[in-house]
Amino acid sequence: MLDGNGRVLAEAVLSQAGHAEFGGVVPEIAARAHLLHLPELARRVLAEAAIAEPGFVPADLVAVAASTGPGLIGGLIVGSGLGRGLALSLGVPFVPVNHIEAHALTARLPGLVPGGAEFPYLLLLVSGGHCQCIAVDGLGSYRRLGGTIDDAAGEAFDKVAKLLGLGWPGGPALERLALEGDPAAIPLPRPLLGRAGCDFSFSGLKTAVAQRLAGRPADQALDRREAADLAASFQAAVADVMADRVRHALGMMPEATLLVAAGGVAANATLRSRLAAVASAQGVRFAAPPLRLCTDNAVMVAWTAIERLRAGAVEGGVSGDLLTPARPRWPLQEMAATPGSPG
Amino acid sequence: MSEADSGTVELLLARLADTEALGRRVAGLLRPGDSVLLEGPLGAGKSTLARALLRALCRDPAMEVPSPTFTLVQEYESPLGPVSHFDLWRLDGPAGLPELGWEEAREGVVLVEWPDRLQSLRPDDALAIGLAPVVDDADGRLARISGWPGRRDALLALPPGAPAG
Repeated sequence: MLDGNGRVLAEAVLSQAGHAEFGGVVPEIAARAHLLHLPELARRVLAEAAIAEPGFVPADLVAVAASTGPGLIGGLIVGSGLGRGLALSLGVPFVPVNHIEAHALTARLPGLVPGGAEFPYLLLLVSGGHCQCIAVDGLGSYRRLGGTIDDAAGEAFDKVAKLLGLGWPGGPALERLALEGDPAAIPLPRPLLGRAGCDFSFSGLKTAVAQRLAGRPADQALDRREAADLAASFQAAVADVMADRVRHALGMMPEATLLVAAGGVAANATLRSRLAAVASAQGVRFAAPPLRLCTDNAVMVAWTAIERLRAGAVEGGVSGDLLTPARPRWPLQEMAATPGSPG
Repeated sequence: MSEADSGTVELLLARLADTEALGRRVAGLLRPGDSVLLEGPLGAGKSTLARALLRALCRDPAMEVPSPTFTLVQEYESPLGPVSHFDLWRLDGPAGLPELGWEEAREGVVLVEWPDRLQSLRPDDALAIGLAPVVDDADGRLARISGWPGRRDALLALPPGAPAG
């Protein structure tokens, strides 16, 4: 829950530790789990807001927002259904939000980026499911400059971590192991390095690591030193590619004065420092929101609704659309400038 | 090509282009209700084959085929109707499949990576393609093909490296 200035009054997220409750089921597929936990999470946020803001009652809400896509339909239907019901009962607008747009606008949360994040800026969204460069030209105006043609960056980290026998989540475990290794020890490919545009490809890099491991004698266990060298070499390859691709993306967007890195992979310190260096060399600022705001979260969804409501106030009001269906596919390019009416 | 056992044929795919050509050949023989299961370790070429198959099926050689690992399933529209590309790597069993729309997806074409997670839901009439890397050969793959007895000859009529018909 956010106030009109983007200050977070209360927030809750179903914690990673809670995943055990699902008995190994991937949480986002479980619409039933959304159904089970979401009402309680909403109640908790309302209760916490009343503590943060004495005198607050739910009737004070001016709008309710929920992600309506893109993603797996079950969870989206449950989440947006709860949001719609709450909005309807309070007689306030429901704002359907594209959660990729929410990632794109997170940097604009007041106080997050020193000096603010005025449009236009370049967003690098790198997570388990996403790897793309987005030109954030303005509210509702986004251009996908490039993205992965196969695996997402976080997926590559997770799969290589799995190949190295590391636990879940793979990315942070691989980063820790890489600290002990030599990033120049093992030659690995740099897919698409130097290629025009800013597309990414990680499948071949993952395969190269798999083949490196498959080529070892079967009776010889992977020692820690070798695993660390592979981890460090893999991370260096990803960093080289990402730096190169983002340099190209900034070249495609000369009007940008800010590079924002979001998504779980942006928490990787090696990547972060490389991206900061690329930004610095091109004379643009660099910012990466904290991890809790980089992964999927409700704060960014509420903030996006505030941005849209503000724009709507200018354009003549938001019509809360109670009938907008959840969308498993929802390209950012289809974000209409008209608030509250996607697609 | 060699008969490994009565139901399985082994095929050497020497180059990446051969893996892609096999995907295109499968695409040319698909019917609604078919399931294609892609087996093999990480990096074996399952996604490469899937990408070629989906692009051929949707008649769009440049179509984006993102990895379905994190979304678990990606859906496409093809002249044959809906095609669902599942990646069950993150699942440890079939419990989540109903919520992923497995039953509805089966009415169209399903393409499944990591099909061992299907367990009891594994379709009996599936075409199964197992891919394995070839030692000391970065691009070579060994494909083990089983299922589709009625369409096997058509599938293997030409070497997979030949231009797709």
